Amino acid sequence: MFFSFMLLFSRQGKLRLQKWYVPLSDKEKKKITRELVQTVLARKPKMCSFLEWRDLKIVYKRYASLYFCCAIEDQDNELITLEIIHRYVELLDKYFGSVCELDIIFNFEKAYFILDEFLLGGEAQETSKKNVLKAIEQADLLQEEKILKVYIN
Amino acid sequence: MPAVSKGDGMRGLAVFISDIRNCKSKEAEIKRINKELANIRSKFKGDKALDGYSKKKYVCKLLFIFLLGHDIDFGHMEAVNLLSSNKYTEKQIGYLFISVLVNSNSELIRLINNAIKNDLSSRNPTFMCLALHCIANVGSREMAEAFASEIPRILVAGDTMDSVKQSAALCLLRLYKTSPDLVLMGEWTSRVVHLLNDQHMGVVTAAISLITCLSQKNPDEFKTCVSLAVSRLSRIVSSASTDLQDYTYYFVPAPWLSCKLLRLLQCYPPPEDGAVKGRLVECLETILNKAQEPPKSKKVQHSNAKNAILFEAISLIIHYDSEPNLLVRACNQLGQFLQHRETNLRYLALESMCTLASSEFSHEAVKTHIETVINALKTERDVSVRQRAADLLYAMCDRSNAKQIVAEMLSYLETADYSIREEMVLKVAILAEKYAVDYSWYVDTILNLIRIAGDYVSEEVWYRVIQIVINRDDVQGYAAKTVFEALQAPACHENMVKVGGYILGEFGNLIAGDPRSSPLVQFNLLHSKFHLCSVPTRALLLSAYIKFINLFPETKATIQEVLRCDSQIRNSDVELQQRAVEYLKLSSIASTDVLATVLEEMPPFPERESSILAKLKKKKGPGAVSVTELEDSKREGGELNGGGDRGPDTSAMSASNAVSRHSVTSNLSYVFQSTPSPSADLLGIRSSAPAGTAPASAGNLLVDVFSEAGPAAPSAAVNDDGFLSSAPPSEDPAPPLSEADELLNKFVCKNNGVLFENQLLQIGIKSEYRQNLGRMYLFYGNKTSVQFASFTTSVSCPGELQSHILSLNVQTKQVEPLVEGGAQIQQVLNIECLTDFSDAPLLNIKFRYGGALQNLTLKLPVTINKFFQPTEMSSHDFFQRWKQLSQPQQEAQKIFKANHSMDTEVLKAKLLGLGTALLDNVDPNPENYVCAGVIQTKGQQVGCLLRLEPNAQAQMYRLTLRCSKDSVSRRLCELLAEQF
Repeated sequence: MFFSFMLLFSRQGKLRLQKWYVPLSDKEKKKITRELVQTVLARKPKMCSFLEWRDLKIVYKRYASLYFCCAIEDQDNELITLEIIHRYVELLDKYFGSVCELDIIFNFEKAYFILDEFLLGGEAQETSKKNVLKAIEQADLLQEEKILKVYIN
Repeated sequence: MPAVSKGDGMRGLAVFISDIRNCKSKEAEIKRINKELANIRSKFKGDKALDGYSKKKYVCKLLFIFLLGHDIDFGHMEAVNLLSSNKYTEKQIGYLFISVLVNSNSELIRLINNAIKNDLSSRNPTFMCLALHCIANVGSREMAEAFASEIPRILVAGDTMDSVKQSAALCLLRLYKTSPDLVLMGEWTSRVVHLLNDQHMGVVTAAISLITCLSQKNPDEFKTCVSLAVSRLSRIVSSASTDLQDYTYYFVPAPWLSCKLLRLLQCYPPPEDGAVKGRLVECLETILNKAQEPPKSKKVQHSNAKNAILFEAISLIIHYDSEPNLLVRACNQLGQFLQHRETNLRYLALESMCTLASSEFSHEAVKTHIETVINALKTERDVSVRQRAADLLYAMCDRSNAKQIVAEMLSYLETADYSIREEMVLKVAILAEKYAVDYSWYVDTILNLIRIAGDYVSEEVWYRVIQIVINRDDVQGYAAKTVFEALQAPACHENMVKVGGYILGEFGNLIAGDPRSSPLVQFNLLHSKFHLCSVPTRALLLSAYIKFINLFPETKATIQEVLRCDSQIRNSDVELQQRAVEYLKLSSIASTDVLATVLEEMPPFPERESSILAKLKKKKGPGAVSVTELEDSKREGGELNGGGDRGPDTSAMSASNAVSRHSVTSNLSYVFQSTPSPSADLLGIRSSAPAGTAPASAGNLLVDVFSEAGPAAPSAAVNDDGFLSSAPPSEDPAPPLSEADELLNKFVCKNNGVLFENQLLQIGIKSEYRQNLGRMYLFYGNKTSVQFASFTTSVSCPGELQSHILSLNVQTKQVEPLVEGGAQIQQVLNIECLTDFSDAPLLNIKFRYGGALQNLTLKLPVTINKFFQPTEMSSHDFFQRWKQLSQPQQEAQKIFKANHSMDTEVLKAKLLGLGTALLDNVDPNPENYVCAGVIQTKGQQVGCLLRLEPNAQAQMYRLTLRCSKDSVSRRLCELLAEQF
């Protein structure tokens, strides 16, 4: 279930999050993003969530105003990838409390941290929602501790 | 849940993000960003040392700007500084910036590596995880060098926390992918395999990705993972939905892990251990059974997770390809999905069935769904799904359903999406060829293809149809007729013009009998398209025109007119201009014989892998065309097309591969090669590979051909395999073959033998002479299995014979006009020598073979020496006569190099065969040979004396002839000089 990359973009085509698991130049990344955003946005709602694109398979799903779009390799399983996306959405939702696009814009770094706990190097690292959130909570606690210390000092 | 966004201290960042969002225009946004960049730059450069928080904030802003799509060229150093902060949140932002922005070859890597090293050895699991995430995200070679030996230790150490193990496993996987040489297998590898047994499902989930990748590269070393994976899978599959707690996803136990386990098993063949295998088959059956159970939830997540496992299990079943029962069950399950209301499932079912179609166990089961699939091709609203349907139709196609499938695909093509047309065209072309039972169907299909989707018909496709037509003479007439009809459409695609030009240029003669497609009609039809075509097509058409001149001499004037007009001969395109000039010249200077040889029908193309298949593979990647398919195509191709793997590659079309067997063609090609053009190749004018015996002299220029091609001199065309050229259906006999003299020379000293032989025809000779009379039996043998029609022969005496003095009188009866395949017919010639002569009579043979007129002219081996009467005489008499014939004209002498054996017996036999008496004990030098004879003609007798002086050392001869008639001396000297 190797991901080559994952992109989050809005209905207007604005990129909200990008995660690349293969080494590519910035130029290539921009080109891929542009092409793919265009391709996916052009698709109608009832269409299937998979498409072949170059030598990759694209799996995407729209949640409210945001598109979640993953590139997987030829042998990979499309349906389980859809559920990877869904699990990530669940994680964001749980963490932010009814997540919306704005949460991801203003707290993009958190979105990255959660993703890193969930997927690493393009592979699922921890699929338990509880465990991922526990890791993030712990980190947040560390963060608050420090802030607390600043006040104490 | 902490509302993090609130507690977080980076107010400045939030304000900045709001500002950007409030920008009304792109310009305003850029302005705001530039302002911020200037601000951050000044802060970073300022004298006042920034505290960690500000650094974090600014780095985060830079990151945001970068993610908006702007370039960032500073701040890296500050981010690296953050890595060594002891505050987690600062460290975290530092790592994030580096993960996103530092590409693998940055010079900062060394500094980053130092920070990572510190964190890895900190024993603080949170810090360790951050460091490992960073390595996994960047994955550069420098990082692999620094940590490839460290991470396996962390992974298998007994005291490592589970979360760190998970990160370490995937981190190692990333390093292994980027630098496999740096990740050394060792003692840790066996312990990694045992992570499949780990208590913690998260650890198993992460580790299995690593194990799968390592197994693919080192299957033997990781073999033990198979049984471990099977038992793990079995436990998951048989567990109740609640057993796995948080690893249960919408009532499906551990779907991700299940999929990964099934994927890992696909790296190996079926387990050999019966128990393991039994357990696995049980798992697979359970998975198939569960698909039939009512869903435990209506949510799509439930069915997706469940079906994800099902599809992965089916992949494994297909991978094993050894359990017919499971394969058929899989096929039935997919068949249900074909009509599912979820588009995603229909898509995947079509995709998965494609691979099932290639299994011998399930091919037939897949075929039962043909109507559903055709329906999907017609009605699916999503192009991706239609594409899958087309793929499946292609995969399930065999001889039994080829016509239906090709017809459906063709009709789909009319409305198909642009994005998949080219691929569809390739597939139709391949199927049409692969399953062609009669080739007229194939030709129809391809021409339809061009008509419907001409723009998407790549070169390979139309090259291929031409190759097949050239190689199969049973379809040539049909192809000519069909393409002629297709060209009559008011608007026809340029590819049609190309195919039309090529095929009519080669085989237009096959339909020329019908007045509706007479040569001129054909030409006018082609030429009506000319001005609409691109340069390469025009070039091809010009070549077709010159071929027309050869096929139909009656079109010569019209075509020359076209070639001569300014738009051709002064065309600004150098290729077109050159062709026009050269073809015009060729058609006006070359004799029909030379034309016929140069413009001969293309030889069959060598068989290669289908270029179309190759193209499809390239397009779809190596996995697209299964090996079985390739083998299949070979097998089928062999059966159907009568030998070998039929498919050429692209280059096979160029005549550089279509080895020409004619040196004239080679000579011409030398000229044409100066301006190569792919279309030029098609007509086979060019051939680079010097064929076996063709004299491939670079000096043989076009000029040479023309200078020698005049009617007086024998043609320069060396028809080395003697293949008969198709010649114009004119009354004129072809000029003598270039090798006619050579053939003639073989018969100077003998009377019987095979005069001529090529692929079609063999001509044998028996002859006898007495005094001035001769009788010659000619035997014409048809070497083919096809009847020769309109077989006629005629004998004429060239040159002086046709003038006032007749020197030879040849009488014969006309032969039967039909020569059946394999049959031989005989013809008798009665010859009377009236006076002495030099030129041999010409034998012209004409017949129709496969519709094409064959026109061949040979020299009959009737030479003056045939009328010799040997004369015995003594040494004394010989020298007395020798002296009498002392006038300079009466003597002819030649000194020449030996071309054949100088063996005495051989020489004697030849001299006797000449017809003279060989006189012993005449010449004082016993090495020399002397002969005497009288040539009998009706009007006179010509006495001849001959002396041949061999010089064995120098391998030379001196030949001297003295005859009472000087012309006879000269002629005999010429003839004999070739014999020794």
